[in-house]
Amino acid sequence: MTDFSLETIRKGDKLALSRVLSRVEADHEAGRAALDALFPFTGSAHKIGITGAPGSGKSSLVNALAHHLRRAFPDARVAIIAVDPTSPFTGGAILGDRVRMPDLQNDPGIFIRSMATRGALGGLADATLALSQVFDAAGYEYIIIETVGAGQAEVDIVNLAHTTIVVDTPGMGDDIQTIKAGILEIADILVVNKADLPGADQTYRNLAAMIEMGYRGTGRINGGHHRSANAPTDRPEETRGWVPPVLKTTAVTAQGIADLMNAILQHQTYLRATNAWHEKENAAMQLIVNKLVLEELSNNWKQNLAPGLYESVLRALRQREISPRAAARALLAYNSK
Amino acid sequence: MSEKKIRVLIAKPGLDGHDRGAKVIARALRDDGMEVIYTGLRQTPQMIAEAALQEDVDVVGLSILSGAHNALVPQVLEKLKENGQNDVFVFLGGIIPESDIPGLLALGVKKIYGPGTDTRVVCEDIRAALADRA
Ligand code: B12
Ligand SMILES: Nc1nc2c(ncn2[C@@H]2O[C@H](COP(=O)(O)OP(=O)(O)O)[C@@H](O)[C@H]2O)c(=O)[nH]1
Ligand SMILES: [Mg+2]
Repeated sequence: MTDFSLETIRKGDKLALSRVLSRVEADHEAGRAALDALFPFTGSAHKIGITGAPGSGKSSLVNALAHHLRRAFPDARVAIIAVDPTSPFTGGAILGDRVRMPDLQNDPGIFIRSMATRGALGGLADATLALSQVFDAAGYEYIIIETVGAGQAEVDIVNLAHTTIVVDTPGMGDDIQTIKAGILEIADILVVNKADLPGADQTYRNLAAMIEMGYRGTGRINGGHHRSANAPTDRPEETRGWVPPVLKTTAVTAQGIADLMNAILQHQTYLRATNAWHEKENAAMQLIVNKLVLEELSNNWKQNLAPGLYESVLRALRQREISPRAAARALLAYNSK
Repeated sequence: MSEKKIRVLIAKPGLDGHDRGAKVIARALRDDGMEVIYTGLRQTPQMIAEAALQEDVDVVGLSILSGAHNALVPQVLEKLKENGQNDVFVFLGGIIPESDIPGLLALGVKKIYGPGTDTRVVCEDIRAALADRA
């Protein structure tokens, strides 16, 4: 293993970058040290999340969008993190998103990294945030993250991305159930992809109506503020915050991609103008620090546990001598001695 | 936290449209616990090496049934070296005439497989090659 150099990565050495990504993903000491060293250089990338059902065209959209971004801003480099599920039975994975990204294969300003979830459930892998930080520090201006897209519980992406794009398609049953409420709520931009297929207008109208109702009904804005359902409905435009636009795209012909890119840039402008950018960063930092604190606490606790204590407490618990909470407290030695 | 995952790129270089074998191998490796990056058809040696670089794979698996292996395989090997990926193992499968095998192995291909290959053997060979390296 060659030693990793911050300089080489920031200069654009792809081999060095790729190796660091692997080490960070493995979450071993070397990877953690690399992440610590890179962290001061993070904070400038615009992270864009793309989620939606499998087959809705996420990878194809990433292909068209990244290609478009590169043509519009030739100096901006684009990183792509494509997440696919790990098989719970074998621990293996087939990562096939590259197949749908043919336009990005020969572009030196693009770096695509496929990741398996390795057991994580929220639509991303545990190390997705960490990999995005590596790309950020390496100087990639745009980082596009494609989630697994298996269902409604996949909302981890909002904690990571500045802009979350939710993809729907026509013909998935035009009832609103197609996109579950939970996932709709996380959208900063809604895309009806496969607009070339019949039913696209219907899907578009349904989504537009939902957005319309949702925003008039709750006055919800992005960033997690939540007003009561009977809040005034006639608020002035500026206090309502960002209302997600609904766009039609045909990823395979790049129809509508310019509009999608513009919507992303507008959202970026909105985030910066309203301080929502920093709020998102704050929330993300808080989450990660909390997660790490818990992780370290739990490791420390395990290391310092008196030998035999766990077994004896568990025995007392099994015999109903103490309650589960009392057991936990005993293990943490809150009321010991 | 977890053991090191084996990452494999399965690629089809050239204009060859026979993709059954590549898919069979990709699935077998997945079922053996590996992470398989599949890049699809019509890849140039340049594209394959670039994907191997970005994905930091341990193994590149090429599937060629078109007869173009003598032209394509050396180019892939060369590009991998150009990118500094000297430690990646290259496995090859498909329709490779017996007489071409020694030359390809001499160039640096690790192993070569033909029709009817038992996929369990491929999994074992990959694990053995990586164990030797470590
Ligand atoms: C099915 C088939 C087709 C299908 C392909 C469907 C598809 N999507 O894959 C169709 C009908 C489309 C087709 C078309 C053609 N075919 Co065809 N086809 C075959 C056939 C009968 C079987 C191939 C197959 O799928 N086998 C099943 C898979 C699972 O086996 P496999 O690919 O060999 O893979 C195994 C091993 O080789 C190895 N392996 C393979 N890849 C890899 C990779 C790695 C990393 C590893 C470790 C192992 C490994 O492990 C696999 C599992 O055991 C072969 C004959 C044969 N018996 O091989 C001819 C054959 C390959 N075809 C041939 C030809 C000439 C053609 C055409 C040019 C015909 C024409 N004139 O139109 C076209 C070209 C199409 C194109 N665009 O490339 C010739 C190739 C001759 C040559 N190379 O010199 C063959 C050998 C027939 C022959 N005897 O002439 N074909
Ligand atoms: N007709 C049509 N097909 C599309 C469009 N976008 C993607 N597809 C196809 O939909 C399938 C799934 O696309 P993919 O990008 O892999 O979806 P993902 O699983 O969400 O990443 C592929 O066969 C694509 O070619 C589109 O705009 N129109
Ligand atoms: Mg995809």
